Amino acid sequence: MSRPGLTHERLVALFLLGVLLFTPPFLGIFNTPDRFLGVPSLYLYLFAAWTLLIVLVTLAIESSDADEGPARTAEAPPAGSEATNDGTGT
Amino acid sequence: MLNAPTVVIIAFLYLCLLFAIAYYGDKRADRGQSIIANPYIYALSIGVYATSWTFYGSVGRAASSGVGFLPIYIGPTLTFILGWYLIRKIIRISKVNRITSIADFIASRYGKSSNLGGLVTIIAVVGILPYISLQLKAISMSFSVLIGYPEITMPALSGSTPILQDTALYVALIMAAFAILFGTRHIDASEHHEGMVAAIAFESVVKLLAFLAVGLFVTYGAYQGFGDLFGRAASSGDLAKLFTIDGGTGYTSWISLTVLAMLAIFVLPRQFQVLVVENVDERHVKKAVWLFPLYLLLINIFVLPIAFGGLLHFPLGRVDADTFVLAVPMAEHAQTIALLAFIGGLSAATGMIIVETVALSTMVCNDFVMPALLRFGRLHLSERRDLTGVLLAIRRGAIVVIVLLGYAYVRLIGETYALVTIGLVSFVAAAQFAPAIVGGILWTGATKAGALAGLTGGFLVWIYTLLLPSFARSGWIGEGFVTDGPFGIALLRPYELLGLSGLDSIAHALFWTMVVNVGLYVAVSLVTSQTIIERSQANQFVDIFGRAAAGGRIWRGRATIGDLRRLLARFLSEPLAEAAFQRFARERDRRLDNVSPADADIVSYVERQLAGAIGASSARIMVASVLREEMHDIDEVMQILDEASELIVYSRRLEEKSQELEAATNELRAANERLQELDKLKDDFVTTVSHELRTPLSSIRSFSEIVHDYPDLPIEERREFLQIIVQESERLTRLLNDILDLAKMEAGKIAWHMADVAPRTVIEQALAATKGLVRKHGKVKLETAIEDDLPIVRVDSDRLMQVIVNLISNAVKFSDKESGWVRLEARREDSALRVEVRDNGIGIDKKDHGKIFERFQQAGNTLTEKPAGTGLGLPISREILRHFGGEIRVESEIGKGATFSFRIPAAGTGEAVAAPTSASALEAAK
Repeated sequence: MSRPGLTHERLVALFLLGVLLFTPPFLGIFNTPDRFLGVPSLYLYLFAAWTLLIVLVTLAIESSDADEGPARTAEAPPAGSEATNDGTGT
Repeated sequence: MLNAPTVVIIAFLYLCLLFAIAYYGDKRADRGQSIIANPYIYALSIGVYATSWTFYGSVGRAASSGVGFLPIYIGPTLTFILGWYLIRKIIRISKVNRITSIADFIASRYGKSSNLGGLVTIIAVVGILPYISLQLKAISMSFSVLIGYPEITMPALSGSTPILQDTALYVALIMAAFAILFGTRHIDASEHHEGMVAAIAFESVVKLLAFLAVGLFVTYGAYQGFGDLFGRAASSGDLAKLFTIDGGTGYTSWISLTVLAMLAIFVLPRQFQVLVVENVDERHVKKAVWLFPLYLLLINIFVLPIAFGGLLHFPLGRVDADTFVLAVPMAEHAQTIALLAFIGGLSAATGMIIVETVALSTMVCNDFVMPALLRFGRLHLSERRDLTGVLLAIRRGAIVVIVLLGYAYVRLIGETYALVTIGLVSFVAAAQFAPAIVGGILWTGATKAGALAGLTGGFLVWIYTLLLPSFARSGWIGEGFVTDGPFGIALLRPYELLGLSGLDSIAHALFWTMVVNVGLYVAVSLVTSQTIIERSQANQFVDIFGRAAAGGRIWRGRATIGDLRRLLARFLSEPLAEAAFQRFARERDRRLDNVSPADADIVSYVERQLAGAIGASSARIMVASVLREEMHDIDEVMQILDEASELIVYSRRLEEKSQELEAATNELRAANERLQELDKLKDDFVTTVSHELRTPLSSIRSFSEIVHDYPDLPIEERREFLQIIVQESERLTRLLNDILDLAKMEAGKIAWHMADVAPRTVIEQALAATKGLVRKHGKVKLETAIEDDLPIVRVDSDRLMQVIVNLISNAVKFSDKESGWVRLEARREDSALRVEVRDNGIGIDKKDHGKIFERFQQAGNTLTEKPAGTGLGLPISREILRHFGGEIRVESEIGKGATFSFRIPAAGTGEAVAAPTSASALEAAK
């Protein structure tokens, strides 16, 4: 269930979340020599955050029926665009 | 197993498999059964981003800077989150405009400028060459490491091996052959290379699996999992510092690499090729926005374990970290894994070389060679019948030249650099396209001059801060250039420009190139203006989702459709051109004969078809040459301006019309309100008249009935009753006469006998006529004061007398029977006649002064007091006076008597003519 147009906003929000997760001030929290489960905390954090982000993006885009515009195959575009482009020639 | 012949044979077989897949893909495409038309192949083909640089170089970088390699893959992940909008927009624009390369895209956005296309091509070729050479270097390096088995030896400098024994050369030639076979098989307006894409997607699978295999082997074969590996690293002292990012320079280079990779993912020519040009359905982007980041995540999981495995295996730095992917399995004597790693690296490198050379050759052909040929040798070229051969030859030549240049770069310069650094130098060069592209699709105001300035500036700064220092390192320029600055000027040191220090060379170069590029792009755009074609392209690019592309309109040809058909056939071959024309005719439901003139519609259609083959700017030049006219000559521009100003005039007229309409509506509304009011008045009038008529009628009727029903009524009584009947009949007659009079007057149907009259005569007649009435009314005294020199007035004397009689009889009626008096005065007032009738009667309340001139309105309570008249006398008088150009007024208070006076202008003063206040007066005057 998703309002049309909301997908864009969700993706922008996720982009901003991604920027937050992967830039220094926040990154600094995990920038320690400690290890969790035997893996350096920074490594673990980066891959976990990365996975989380991909999962969220998948949810955001696959839950929407974000099909904007008609299918565009190799030959379709000139046809589609020109069919609506009237009043110039004939 | 790991000897040179075996490795060569296996590598060769792998390449043969690649050829087979590409061949199969092309065959299927020819039959219309595309194998790449699904989002998974699309996402895998984008995986061409992961080159040998990823395969070998990431480990190398991880071995020296820990997670420092990751931004290169996190950046694209971030960009892809916005991909559903950003990338899809670029794809849509490219489909509509038949864009075939990134140079084409930028040129097309900024007015199909061939200068801009050429500049982008130069930047791309110069910037990407090192990157291609990097792949060649990686292959030859991995090959020589592998055949050294069981020893792990570092390759000798390739510059020292004889050229004919250099693996890199043969790989380069095989790659050129592949690119030529599957990248330039034919000239196609849609510019899809299905076979090539299929092969690239396959390579993406191979390199991913190979890397995962090596990673799993190192992590779980050579060591006991992540914990063990990192545990050992932690206890070995020095290595533990790789667990964290160095807080100072580490962060700045982290951020700059992230930004760089965010841009590179769509501005690198090969990424643009697979993302945009080879995209067959923009809905595939939907899956790709998470599949591709997932791919990057998977291929990076084992980078750190392999790096630490290598560092633990070869602690002495004897083995180059770039070769760990091969060296660790070799050291563990896992020959199959090592061979798999080699194949993975080979697939990563070949995929990149193939797509990059195809993308670059298209650019070189469409945006560099063709415009130049068209410009300098137009006549010669125009005579050729079939140009498809020329196009293909140019592209194939370009591929060979690019690959060989890459090889030359490797031999001359490449050895001195680590893999990652070379790649990053190319990234920064490609990033120069980002402002022009991102600005181009979001900002309509960006101009061609701005794009040219930004690109040129950014490129020059790139040369200065990255390319020249790399020459210095190779010994072509003195080392002093880097360490002391040119001519010893410290402020100009290429790695610390203007004294900016504390950044690594890539972050430093990215910063300065972007400052100059974006700064010039924005500033120059703001001070220059766009040509018409620039503006139309800008609007189309920015607004691509908003409206369907309106391409044409700009050209008005004098060529025939036949000319265009021949033009298209020369570049697309006869059958393809014919098919394109038939499609156009079918879609538009038009008949296309060769002799009728080409209109804007078909011209823009042909231009777009042509753009698919030779690029937008070349297509424009070709079409213009056929149209035999300069594009945008002054007449055309004037015409476009005319049309625009016509539109403005038209809209202004429309505005005026709507204002007029509004005014008319208001008038109509007012008229309607007036009508409704009149309607109500009429209803009131009818009601009142019926009431007034009924009173005398009912009294006549009742007395007649009495007389009729009682025949033996005493004669006295009978006479009295009959007297009443006669009186009431007279009253009825009077009433009807008055109503008729008033109605006629108001309708303008009364006949007026206007003449110049001396007022005294009329007044005296009126006095005589009312004498009886006055006498009947008790002891009321009638006084007169009439001046001698009364002005002559132009009136109907009978009507004037009617007015005076009316006023006198009114005065008499309302005066006291015992002590009442009525005084009539007539005098000259300026050049008018003034007549006053004054009495000492009951007077009229102030609030009734207006009312008494209305029909059937009498002062006082008409319900309790018997009406003393018809109630029409004053309205009739007012109507009459109005016709004479005069006016009537009353001054009175309760109990103090009343004064009615009227004024009529003297004849000939003109006042009478100017004064008529009702339409009926004018009617009557005729």
